[in-house]
Amino acid sequence: MFAADFEYRKAGSIAEAVQLLSDNPGAKLLAGGHSLIPLMRFRLARPEVVIDIGGIANLRGINVSGDTINIGALTTHAEIAASADVQRSNGLLAEAAGGIGDPAVRNRGTIGGNLAHADPASDWATVLTALGATVSAQGPSGARTIAVSDLIEDAFATVLAENELITTVSVPVLAANQRAEYAKMAHPASFYAVVGGAVVVTMDGNRCTAASVAVGGLTPRPVKAPSVEQALSGTTLTADSIGDATARLGEDITAAGVDIIGDVYASAEFRAGVAPVEVKHALMHAIGLAHH
Amino acid sequence: MPNKVPITVTVNGRSHSAEVEPRTLLVHFLRETLNLTGTKIGCDTSQCGACVVKMNGVTVKSCTAFAVQADGAEVTTIEGLAENGNLTAVQEAFWNNHGLQCGYCTAGMIMTVTEIIERNPNPSAEEVRAGLEGNMCRCTGYNNIVRAALAAAAAGQGG
Repeated sequence: MFAADFEYRKAGSIAEAVQLLSDNPGAKLLAGGHSLIPLMRFRLARPEVVIDIGGIANLRGINVSGDTINIGALTTHAEIAASADVQRSNGLLAEAAGGIGDPAVRNRGTIGGNLAHADPASDWATVLTALGATVSAQGPSGARTIAVSDLIEDAFATVLAENELITTVSVPVLAANQRAEYAKMAHPASFYAVVGGAVVVTMDGNRCTAASVAVGGLTPRPVKAPSVEQALSGTTLTADSIGDATARLGEDITAAGVDIIGDVYASAEFRAGVAPVEVKHALMHAIGLAHH
Repeated sequence: MPNKVPITVTVNGRSHSAEVEPRTLLVHFLRETLNLTGTKIGCDTSQCGACVVKMNGVTVKSCTAFAVQADGAEVTTIEGLAENGNLTAVQEAFWNNHGLQCGYCTAGMIMTVTEIIERNPNPSAEEVRAGLEGNMCRCTGYNNIVRAALAAAAAGQGG
């Protein structure tokens, strides 16, 4: 399968990439290419101009500053999974990165490209929503910070302007009393999430004092679960209390006003049934009642 | 007239300059421009791993990279592993353990196993299987491929 012909431009800097985006409406950014190239080969995308940002060195790399992990948009999933800094400061990030695709895909796919592509099956979208991560987006008039939970509007659609690009993803360092986990039902060939649930719980002994819960894969964009979070907060976490809390997930999906995806692999009814199970698995792992 | 972009790619230690259409995939550049047909096209959708090569030291699926993205890069294909006719430990181990049947997945398998052992010189069978998640074989059932990988690791050199 061949992509349609396009004009190739290589950006040497963030400013040049923004300029090229402004000058070429409809142009697409090429980072690792693991979302864009398949779309172009299936001719689901036919950009006239492709702007390669893969060589912009200062879009790559990880640094931990105070209680924030800053990850350059071009950092690959493999680099995040292997980073000792990430493993130490937020183990969920490393674990989620290591569960995306397969090793060769992780060697090329980037965190910024993954978010900008906004595939409903993105592991990052769900995990980073639960973690309260933000992205920094650069446009012609400067940079702005966008919460990942606000970034994705719909399937394959973000709030980014046509001439904005994600430069950094910022994720909180987990506190000593916080546990974070992600559980997914993965498609057996692509490893894309059919349903994924991500949780962050703040613990005081066995009691949960605060919780953040997000699900993805089954909805066009990740959905936060305030009813589940509320049911967990102030509760001693046991298999029973976790089951009671996750049973409320359906209310949150209804309240979010989004459709549940059904396709040849899994019907909407099936996905809706699996979602609380994945959140429950994540919570059980988080408190050590189950193991991977 | 299709537009063309000049690129220079070092493949198996040799520098190659060419003008390519931007939409040319790396796997097509390797197979059709350089005639390095050891790298195969299988699923064509970055799932099967038949097209795995190394680019700048890490495995990539060459069906999911444009050749222009390899401009300035160092690429190693299956043809570049053996030196002076001496197979690497991974290649020897695939031969000795019959880690193939039809052979179509073999080039990608060997490239990936080489990286698995570089990253973890003493992998368990489970770690080998996890490392091969992105490489599909429709003949062997993987057992001999995993045996080959473990034998190569035991030989103490990943290639």
